[in-house]
Amino acid sequence: MDALTAHLSEFGHGLVTTVELTVVTTVGAMLLGIVVATLRIAPVPLLRAIGTAYVEVFQNLPLLALLVLFVFALPTIGITFPLFTSAAIVIAVYEGAYLAEAIRAGINTVGVGQAEAARAIGLTFGQSLRHVILPQGLRAVIQPIGNICIALLMNTSLAAAVGVVELTQAANNVNLVEAQPIAVFTGAGLAYMLLALIIGQVTGLLERRLAIVR
Amino acid sequence: MNKTQQILFDEPGPRARRRIRIATVLGAVLLAGALVAAVYQFASHGELAAARWEPFTTWPIWRYLLNGLWATLRAAAATAVLSSALGLLLALGRLSTHRPLRWLAGAYVEIFRTVPTLLLIYVTLFALPQYGMNFPLFWKLVVPLVVSNSAAFAEIFRSGILALDRGQTEAGLAIGLRRGQVMALVVLPQALLQLAPSLVSQLVGLLKDTSLGFVVSYTELLYSGQVLSSYTHLLIQTFLVVALIYLVVNASLSKFARVLQARNNRGTRTR
Repeated sequence: MDALTAHLSEFGHGLVTTVELTVVTTVGAMLLGIVVATLRIAPVPLLRAIGTAYVEVFQNLPLLALLVLFVFALPTIGITFPLFTSAAIVIAVYEGAYLAEAIRAGINTVGVGQAEAARAIGLTFGQSLRHVILPQGLRAVIQPIGNICIALLMNTSLAAAVGVVELTQAANNVNLVEAQPIAVFTGAGLAYMLLALIIGQVTGLLERRLAIVR
Repeated sequence: MNKTQQILFDEPGPRARRRIRIATVLGAVLLAGALVAAVYQFASHGELAAARWEPFTTWPIWRYLLNGLWATLRAAAATAVLSSALGLLLALGRLSTHRPLRWLAGAYVEIFRTVPTLLLIYVTLFALPQYGMNFPLFWKLVVPLVVSNSAAFAEIFRSGILALDRGQTEAGLAIGLRRGQVMALVVLPQALLQLAPSLVSQLVGLLKDTSLGFVVSYTELLYSGQVLSSYTHLLIQTFLVVALIYLVVNASLSKFARVLQARNNRGTRTR
């Protein structure tokens, strides 16, 4: 237990970095997910192909391979970002593919009549998407989106492998000094569980507030 | 064209067709622009030179990378077998009529579903050796992967078993089978068939997880790429080739999952 209390500030910094990374990438991935899901249902075949290719590529590549490629290999062609930014971009792009699929599943649940009614009153593709389809589609998949956010939280730990000192790395560093692995790693594990629990609670709350009972 | 695409727009008329053409051209121009920018970045840093790509046409380089792929597949296979077996046991535990068993299996699943795999890897790397558990490299990767993936498998199995019509269990019990027999003879065979696509999708996730061998320095595909690039200094080329190999393997698996799904959907419609 001493190992935890003596290094509270290190754990605190790690925890804050993990939370920051999670929040930033969740927002980024959500925006990307909406854009890609829209591309996949657009009337233009080329845009649909781009959306499909995006999902196919980023769902089938390991996140760690993407991180390594982005952080270690891209600098050789002159593309460099700060470490935290790189990690955030890669995780957002990766999770964006999963969110796009979840959102598309949500769009699929919206009744055909809704889209037809939107067109009948003269809304364009973009308008019917924004005002009719997405608000209903997103509400249908709050739970799956919450699960993806929890997966995203766990995936932020991979940023440790390319040098970001977030919670997992902070725990590892403290353990290297204190050599009390049980206390240190259990503490970190509990912190992750707590964060996941918070995401789960928020998802549940949103679900109760927003979900449409049919 | 499937249902989603049809609900959002009608059969295009002349004006809509013109707009689609314009959007196609714009999209193509943007795509070409991105491609040109990428090629320019590669060229201006000399990474496009033939000498920097030539090694990837030689057999020794490919033999090394394919060895890495073989190690990835071995780790993935071991993880898949062990974690699906453990996952099935956990799912049965969670659905058992025995309360402590239900509670234990539930706690395991809930804990390891929300702890990052990398943290578990650090535990096997840095904590367990202190307590005399120093596994060989292969198991240092596979054990943490099994611990976390078995929780995922347990949830898949459980949802499949719960999704099956309750009448199946009731009918089994009514003709005098015991609970275990109903599970083994009636419920599981049907549930597994329905679950096949989800199980294959989970295999893709698991195969991606083996890239954590990079952290353990077990020479699977990603770490092989790392080792190779530190010899040849062909960083971006090596990692692009490694990514391509992952993409080919995983995309084939994903495709297989979709085929299974399509077959299942056909099956339920004719029944």
